Amino acid sequence: MKSIEKLMRKMEPQHDSKWAKFHPVWDGFYTFLFTPGETTKRGSHIRDGIDLKRTMFMVVTALIPCLLFGMYNTGHWHMVPTGEAGAYMDHFGDKLIYGIIQVMPIVIVSYAVGLGVEFIFCIKNKHAIQEGFLVSGMLIPLIIPADTPLWMVAFATVFAVVLGKEVFGGTGMNIVNIALTARAFLFFGYPTMMSGDKVWMSGLSETPKDQLADGFSGATQLGELASFVGPKADWALPSAEAFAAKWPIMDSFWGFIPGSVGETSVAAILIGAALLLYTGIASWRIMLSFVAGGFVVGLLANLGFDNPYYQMEAVNHLVIGGFAFGAVFMITDPVTAAQTNTGKIIYGFLGGGLSICVRVYNGAYPEGVMMAILFMNVMAPMIDHYVVGANIKRRNKRLKPKAA
Amino acid sequence: MSEKVKAPKEPLFSKKNKRLVVEPLDDNNPVTIQVLGICSALAITVSIEQALVMTGSVLFVLGAGNMIISMLRNLIPSRIRIIVQLVVVASLVIIVNEVLKAFMPDVAEKLSVFVGLIITNCIIMGRFEAFAMANKPWPSLLDAIGNTVGYGVILVLVSVFREIFGSGKFFGMTLFGDRIEGTGAYSVGYMDNNFIILAPFALFAVGIIIWIQRARNTKLIEEH
Repeated sequence: MKSIEKLMRKMEPQHDSKWAKFHPVWDGFYTFLFTPGETTKRGSHIRDGIDLKRTMFMVVTALIPCLLFGMYNTGHWHMVPTGEAGAYMDHFGDKLIYGIIQVMPIVIVSYAVGLGVEFIFCIKNKHAIQEGFLVSGMLIPLIIPADTPLWMVAFATVFAVVLGKEVFGGTGMNIVNIALTARAFLFFGYPTMMSGDKVWMSGLSETPKDQLADGFSGATQLGELASFVGPKADWALPSAEAFAAKWPIMDSFWGFIPGSVGETSVAAILIGAALLLYTGIASWRIMLSFVAGGFVVGLLANLGFDNPYYQMEAVNHLVIGGFAFGAVFMITDPVTAAQTNTGKIIYGFLGGGLSICVRVYNGAYPEGVMMAILFMNVMAPMIDHYVVGANIKRRNKRLKPKAA
Repeated sequence: MSEKVKAPKEPLFSKKNKRLVVEPLDDNNPVTIQVLGICSALAITVSIEQALVMTGSVLFVLGAGNMIISMLRNLIPSRIRIIVQLVVVASLVIIVNEVLKAFMPDVAEKLSVFVGLIITNCIIMGRFEAFAMANKPWPSLLDAIGNTVGYGVILVLVSVFREIFGSGKFFGMTLFGDRIEGTGAYSVGYMDNNFIILAPFALFAVGIIIWIQRARNTKLIEEH
């Protein structure tokens, strides 16, 4: 470590050198490698040894199980269409290698482009590099299909970082979640690459038709359910039952289903959730109320009979699609979430409810979690405003009898 | 014994008059500073041709309207001035609409209701109220030209960006090859961005223009 420290010190741009304006970049790397040695000498203010860099790193660590599982899952579903996949654990090495080759470039591009944009803005605005993108850069690859072309990833990342964050003043100032902004950009910009039944299994669009297994469909569970069309009378229970038979709820829980890279396995997500809750980075109020909101709306939807989504069991809603991933990593983003404790509960509950609402009532967008969370991000300040207002009102009321 | 003081005659292109034309181009742009006319900036900026035709139509309506209102300004009772202004705009818009339908039927079809909706373009009523009601015809005409060009510049900037990246065309010419047959850039995986075609993107584009403008022209930044 001594030699690295020496090297870094030697590379530090001095104020008078022509590299002076790159000091934030150097500082970013230096503090990544070493804890800053400068401490406050008098009147310590430290409450906890955790700073932004450590926080971000903890979230990235929490995402690792999702990433690893996502890679393997990508490899598995790549082999399914041609019928070579066999049982889930067969061809372990082949599947893993395919997944790594497919997913790693997306991670690298997302980080390189996002950090590049961040560095440019830091140098231009002359402030220290903030680590906000460390998490966004990992989230972006996890919420898109493994087949997304790299230039699209780069384009979406630039869009999200510049218009989602830097416009508002950088890390911690953004109104909407960066990673979801990138996904929304891709979703509306390139709908053929982000939805439909060709993109969820890696390499499917290049596989010739005659090599596909019989009766094969590449849709996600949600897409498959939506594709059931027929007279309304036939929409009763059979389609939901057929669905439940094809996709056992435990498969969805473990993540043996097609979908975006990191969102499939609820088990892997729960490992991350445990870490985030243990370290206190994510708010349990938001997480819990988000799940509760989704569950309640799922139950309510069971009362109706308008399309196959209505009949899905409420518990099943929670483990398919991006719901679990959204609940743990997206809605809990401390910057964009509501800040008051009561507000957090309202915010999470409405977010979860809205996710299932979009999924059930709007057949065009079966994956409603993204829309719901982005919408709630925008609403969060308003929720806080009213919670704070209600608090003031209540306390004023308490004062009145005394004054009278 | 009052003697009429005759104001010295102003030259046609005095400094003041020149400012009427130049100011709306940047410092007082109707779209990016006053945030008027956004509705049409969202609706018709998917192609450059539409943006240009729209700018031309607005130029005619605003130019002629500003002059008419300015000439009538001492005759219009102030209580019913809005109705009078509306009548003037409406008649002019009908003329534009008929001319477009007769001579440029395909563009008129694409613009559809948005030609008629020039009536509701906030810039027009805004200029009538803020300028033509209080100024002579000649400055009013210059004011109209300045504001329309300021409006048109933004429209064209947005539409160039949206047409190139949204439909892969420039003035109707294909830039990146055939999308359906997959030639040119499309053969290596390039795709047009659908989001750019959607109206919300025009808001992003206008926002980016405002951002660049303010970064360049620091006197526009308000103090807090």
